[in-house]
Amino acid sequence: MILRARTTGADATRALAGAIAEQAAGGDLILLAGELGAGKTAFVQGFGAALGVDQPITSPTFTLAHHYEGRLVLHHLDVYRLERISEIDDIGVSELLDGNGVVLIEWGDAVAPALPNDYLEITLRYGEGDDDRHLELRCVGGRWSARHRTLGEKLQPWAED
Amino acid sequence: MNQPTRDLSTVRTVLGIESSCDETAAAVVRDGRMQLSSVISSQIDRHARFGGVVPEIASRAHVEMLNPVIAEAIVQAGIADAEIDAVAATYGPGLVGSLLVGVSAAKALALVWDVPFVAVNHLEAHLYSSMLEDPTFELPVVVLLVSGGHTMLVHWEAEGSYRVLGGTIDDAAGEAYDKVARYLGLGYPGGPVIDRISLDGDPEAIAFPRALPDRPYDFSFSGLKTSVVNHVRKHPDVSAEDVAASFQEAVVDVLVTKTRRAAADVGAKGISIGGGVAANSRLREQILTVCAEDGLAAYLPDRANCTDNAAMVAAAGWWQLQRAGESPLDTGADPGLGLGSPAA
Repeated sequence: MILRARTTGADATRALAGAIAEQAAGGDLILLAGELGAGKTAFVQGFGAALGVDQPITSPTFTLAHHYEGRLVLHHLDVYRLERISEIDDIGVSELLDGNGVVLIEWGDAVAPALPNDYLEITLRYGEGDDDRHLELRCVGGRWSARHRTLGEKLQPWAED
Repeated sequence: MNQPTRDLSTVRTVLGIESSCDETAAAVVRDGRMQLSSVISSQIDRHARFGGVVPEIASRAHVEMLNPVIAEAIVQAGIADAEIDAVAATYGPGLVGSLLVGVSAAKALALVWDVPFVAVNHLEAHLYSSMLEDPTFELPVVVLLVSGGHTMLVHWEAEGSYRVLGGTIDDAAGEAYDKVARYLGLGYPGGPVIDRISLDGDPEAIAFPRALPDRPYDFSFSGLKTSVVNHVRKHPDVSAEDVAASFQEAVVDVLVTKTRRAAADVGAKGISIGGGVAANSRLREQILTVCAEDGLAAYLPDRANCTDNAAMVAAAGWWQLQRAGESPLDTGADPGLGLGSPAA
């Protein structure tokens, strides 16, 4: 099940992420894909703000994982520096998904085979203008597929023409 | 765990251990300032083919390298084990597996030698790198701390008293260097290679944006990174040297402008820099220029003491012992440790 959307800048990407965050529940896993500068961190910033995280959400590339308290606990991971899929095991994603945690993984598509097969994969692509982005949202497994329709409604403001 | 009460005023010689990320390092520093030795075993070659730090490789390599590095630091210092009065180690921030290697070794040595153990904040240690080997160093200063993981401005008012004025709201400056270098196919780490090829490029060839977040001492480098990608996508034949030089100019311009403003606003007597990006030649040149213009002291640590090293850990450990005493032996690693306020 695939949904499509477009944004016209990092702020719009943040707003779209906020709309998705309203649908998020403890145990949710979201993988973010897209090349350098596509807006993965901006997405997490918008997502976190909508959860009520009030501190700055900065790139976790260096430390691999940042954790924030909001309506849910936001675990912001970045596997840019990992090259072997098995290393994701060291981070313990399954434990982070227990209870009230939601896990967002930048470059997560690269490690998908080592993760629970139940996630929302969001791919951001450069569009025509410098700031335009096309987003493709793919629901994998039951958790997100069940919310497919609501998600589509939430994304209406950013629907592809 | 209860510690024996020891007289810390006699502590002079500190062994420092650093293993938070790429480097396995040990050093011996006397009285918090005099560097007797500093040994750094870089893992960069091991990580280069992966384009970044690989945690599992990092912690395994720290285990292999730490004992020889400590032994070498003591030999180079020309002292005997019995002359070491305390052992300091970085306990955060960094990669948890890597940090634990250094912390565990330091505790074991402290127990065996029956000397105090002190757990040091890596970011706080970077502040002290300016003090090493520089008898003229004088507070208050504004410190620009720039590395792969951090970009922050700190007002260091007096020993034991500092506050963070601002920091990056997205990417660290060194991270932007690494990512741009990787995007341009230049390899890892990105800082030195961009610094080098920038000499052959035109810093004004491309007008990359200077992001100025609302808060006066905050930084943002995410948009700059995106601008580089946009420019290269539109101009695939652009010279990598011009992109590198123009990118570096944009980074350094923002770093220096904000540091200068902070120093003026808080009434600092000098500017000091630390972290891997502090080894950047353009940044050093510009800091020297503005300090000369503004009548401020410029404290630029040796390049080897900008990147991660253990001398700064030993120095910070010595000052911390004087101020706050030894650390409990059950202190663990704290991978997400920030720079809040000094240990007390």
